[in-house]
Amino acid sequence: MAEVKVNSKKLLDVIGVPALSIILGLLVGAIAMVWMGYSPIEGYTGLFKGIFGDVFYFGETIRSMTPLIFTGLAVAFAFRTGLFNIGVEGQFVVGMLAGALIGAAMPGVPWILHITLAMLGGALAGAIWASVPGVLKGRFGVHEVITSIMMNYISLILVNYLIRNFFRIAEQEATKNVVPSADMSIAWLKHLTGGARVHWGTLVALILVVVIAYLLNRTTLGYELRAVGFNPHAAAYGGINVTKNVVLAMVISGAVAGAGGAVEIMGVFGRMAVSPVLPGVGFDGLAVALIGANNPFGVIFGAFLFGALKTGAIQMQYVTQVPYAIIRVVMATIVFFVAAKEFVRWILRVKRREA
Amino acid sequence: MAPVIEMRNISKVFPRVVANENINITIGNGEIHALLGENGAGKSTLMNILYGLYQPTEGEIFVKGQKVNIPNPNVAISLGIGMVHQHFMLIPPMTVAENIVLGREPRKFGFLDMSRAVRDVQDISERYGLKVDAKAKIEDISVGMQQRVEILKALYRGAELLILDEPTAVLTPQEIQELFEIMRNLIKEGKSIIFITHKLKEIMAISDKVTIIRRGKVVDTVDTANTSTRELASKMVGREVIFNVAKQKFNPGKAVLKLEGLEALNNRKLPALRGISLEVRQGEIIGIAGVDGNGQSELIEVITGLRKATKGSVKILGKDITNSKPRKVIESSISHIPEDRQLRGLILDFTIEENMVLETYYKDEFSNGIILNNKLIHKHAQRLIKEFDVRPTDEKALARSLSGGNQQKVILAREIDRNPEVLIAAQPTRGLDVGAIEFVHKRLVEQRDNGKAVLLISLELDEILGLSDRIAVIYEGEIVGIVEAKDATEEMLGLMMAGATSKGQGGDE
Amino acid sequence: MLIIIATLLGNTLLYATPLIFAALGGVMSERSGVVNIGLEGMMMIGAFGAAITSLSTGSPWLGLLVAMLAGGALAMLHALASVTFKADQVVSGVAINFMANGFSMFMLYKLYGGGQSPHITTKLSKVAIPGLSKIPHFGDALFNNYPTVYLAFVATFLVWLILYKTPFGLRVRAVGEHPLAVDTVGVNVYLIRYICVIISGILAGLGGAAVSIGIIAEFTEVTIAGQGFIALAAMIFGKWTPWGATGACLFFGAANALDAIGQSIGLTKYANPAFFSMLPYILTIVALAGFIGRANAPAADGRPYEKGKR
Repeated sequence: MAEVKVNSKKLLDVIGVPALSIILGLLVGAIAMVWMGYSPIEGYTGLFKGIFGDVFYFGETIRSMTPLIFTGLAVAFAFRTGLFNIGVEGQFVVGMLAGALIGAAMPGVPWILHITLAMLGGALAGAIWASVPGVLKGRFGVHEVITSIMMNYISLILVNYLIRNFFRIAEQEATKNVVPSADMSIAWLKHLTGGARVHWGTLVALILVVVIAYLLNRTTLGYELRAVGFNPHAAAYGGINVTKNVVLAMVISGAVAGAGGAVEIMGVFGRMAVSPVLPGVGFDGLAVALIGANNPFGVIFGAFLFGALKTGAIQMQYVTQVPYAIIRVVMATIVFFVAAKEFVRWILRVKRREA
Repeated sequence: MAPVIEMRNISKVFPRVVANENINITIGNGEIHALLGENGAGKSTLMNILYGLYQPTEGEIFVKGQKVNIPNPNVAISLGIGMVHQHFMLIPPMTVAENIVLGREPRKFGFLDMSRAVRDVQDISERYGLKVDAKAKIEDISVGMQQRVEILKALYRGAELLILDEPTAVLTPQEIQELFEIMRNLIKEGKSIIFITHKLKEIMAISDKVTIIRRGKVVDTVDTANTSTRELASKMVGREVIFNVAKQKFNPGKAVLKLEGLEALNNRKLPALRGISLEVRQGEIIGIAGVDGNGQSELIEVITGLRKATKGSVKILGKDITNSKPRKVIESSISHIPEDRQLRGLILDFTIEENMVLETYYKDEFSNGIILNNKLIHKHAQRLIKEFDVRPTDEKALARSLSGGNQQKVILAREIDRNPEVLIAAQPTRGLDVGAIEFVHKRLVEQRDNGKAVLLISLELDEILGLSDRIAVIYEGEIVGIVEAKDATEEMLGLMMAGATSKGQGGDE
Repeated sequence: MLIIIATLLGNTLLYATPLIFAALGGVMSERSGVVNIGLEGMMMIGAFGAAITSLSTGSPWLGLLVAMLAGGALAMLHALASVTFKADQVVSGVAINFMANGFSMFMLYKLYGGGQSPHITTKLSKVAIPGLSKIPHFGDALFNNYPTVYLAFVATFLVWLILYKTPFGLRVRAVGEHPLAVDTVGVNVYLIRYICVIISGILAGLGGAAVSIGIIAEFTEVTIAGQGFIALAAMIFGKWTPWGATGACLFFGAANALDAIGQSIGLTKYANPAFFSMLPYILTIVALAGFIGRANAPAADGRPYEKGKR
């Protein structure tokens, strides 16, 4: 009896809140479209077609979902260990650079080794980047949110500086292309989907989801990480090294993000170019983790949702002229409502009472 | 003359809990009216209703014969009701005067008039004989003065009726006497007081009337002059209370835990322990008495490896474990029931079974070093739940969903099951009802009777006197005296707790 | 040399101005206990509002007004989520940033068919302060400036005055430290937080306007590009006080000015401009780590207040 009660409340949080948030998000998007003189039915039809209307679009959806699994997983993992890793953005960026550099070096190495090395390089870069807020939090108790935001901007400036001054190729503000042994794209599937940039990285991402879920829930390390996340005082009392686990949690989270950056280079872009702004997938990862209720498997769903919205919006703008940016409004609204879950719970409760 | 306050047929229903049921209480003019009840009996809910923090589900409130509606504290304040909360509602980095005038600030041309605020505070402080330093910051003044600031806050707002919520919990016996003096003074000045407590002796000492509340209902209202502690106790609990736990004959063995010259700093980097030496022997309960904040918490933390000792040593069974990591201390056969079960003792978002292995999850019994063996963890929890009568019996229930007593049972089970040589119990019964208190006491004495050493730290003098074989009094980070429990009296301990000990009294061994 | 220094000082003021507004907004919000990661988005919506108003009405002053309204409205959303519905304030702030970006880009595309506004010919014009602007060498650089520059210092003074010299300010600071204590003396915690968050949005909106119709004369997706986060950094660096925050903004502005003219004065020989861009972020981390005194946030910063929970 008691168990059923607990589960139904949990179910409400895990499924009810995100579902209603998504509906509200699309509703706000529709209102904005009407207000600006677009037809929301046309717009959303365009969006839907831009996701499922063609194998190419669907392939691209999978493509844009992949980095979001990495970043969403990084954020969700950190959440479960009591940390707010808003620095996934920066960890992803340094991982991209590491992936690009390792991917472009060492021609002739077997591909499995090369790709593994480049991913590990990206993971290492991300881990190092995340260790700064991790150590500051673990040793000095500095809140990780502000430090990791600062690390994001440092990464942007530093990576641009490194590319411009050390790694650029003649007359271009980008690194060399990765060699074929570090190319993660899947040629036959690319062919089948009419050129969608599908790559093995998606599989890596899915495997990583399982690994992280297992790590968190079934291992002694996961026990320690969650204990420290929920209550560092009690963890310390129980003989668990809090500082070590805080740093470790941040490092693992950063490694996941960094690996994602390397994969994105090897699977999609082939090289890393100077950019005036952060790529944004890290912040998107936050939204993904929230939608997925910080559950590793939930992250897959969240990544698919936002990956699909982002992909479909391109086609929507092309066909119906509804600006792409509307999807950011939809995403923002979804995040907003998931965050303000008290509000959504309240709506759900009112409805239930009426029923 | 109409009574200051009359609450009629008050009920308050929370989702799933009836906190107050049909309560009637009348506070006469110039009266000190004690409100007695166990933790969770509904005293605080009732007072929060009177102060406008909660709305009653049913019932009426009359102030001086007028029916009133108190939707928020502002209205309560304007009706002359003031409340001193158990946990002080003061802002540490702000001054005494700022704290007192907050919300009713004196103004000059719309701006804050701080010099007038200071003057006003000094005025009322003199008028009622409540000495405070208006310009000092709260974080720099003593607990006693903080309490006076709280009372002044209410008086500044023109309170006629003061609600004092467990005001003696943080005071020494001498400070309690001072507080009683202040209370009598306030009555002379025409105020009335509601005094919330669960300490029977204080009620007998200061109150005029007592209303006893049990499980949300009024059991009785009696004149203090016509009652006794025994009668009050049985009314509070609903049955006869056994004050003493049966113990076997005192037969101490060899010393297992030895502290020598321990020194340590507190969180603010000030000396908290100044050379503590103590021996805890097998088969004895040694109680540490003292007012909160005299180094008790730091002492436990130093022993258990949660705080660095700057000097001195901790030895268990002859082995030096000074400044060892907590895990090493735990593995040296020391168990610890922490003073704050929700902060330290449990991970509230973990299940009961996860909490049961907080110190042992990595051992061979429960894992292969990397992967947890959930089946064994499960069995372990089921066994302990049965042995210690934890409810609910569902090992997958979150610790958060348990009552305070059951949370404490989980900790007790975990700590005692490890069969430790030394059990450190810090405030083991804080916030528990009488049934749970008896359970905990029985288990502690059982440890002692089985020849284990128990170090009991408590702010409740009654608990210390009732359980200990020897009593060590801690004052400002020093043990100012150790006495045999059978020779100890409350007055003597009280004096020592206030630091007023003469050498030789009680004997330093 | 004097001319270079004068230019440097002038540019410092120019670059610091938007940061000052936003950082003051951060001070107001966080002193009341609401973390405001959404400063970036509030600046963006302000910059956007000022740009389109200035473009369509020809009045930059109306632009400033709309920027304040837009920033305040967005801040209201933040308050609604984080105060009333007890959302995680950081998450809500991130949503605010998403929202500002999406909304302004959406509108921009609708209005101008692309991701960039036309050049704003009616941006704010410089105002010379009589007398002071005639000071040799420095007068023109310092006292012949955009009105927003002067306004930034007026705003700093006002925020200081409100926080430390008014009953309202006392309550704000108290709410940021111990909201329950304030509630028990009958002050409405939620109302105070709402007011502070909305003021923070108004100020951040002004900061955005100071960029789009002050420094540059257009609006694109990268007009603000992280300045809201630098303002956040400045607020921390200035230890959550108005003058401290403004001082930090001037310092960060100077780093920016050096970055901008480093090339022309040969500074790039000694240090890469990237170093100057990174400086604010690095210094903030250093400050937080406690190497430059202790940066203590208000005790209740970031914690939603729940009535009746104790």
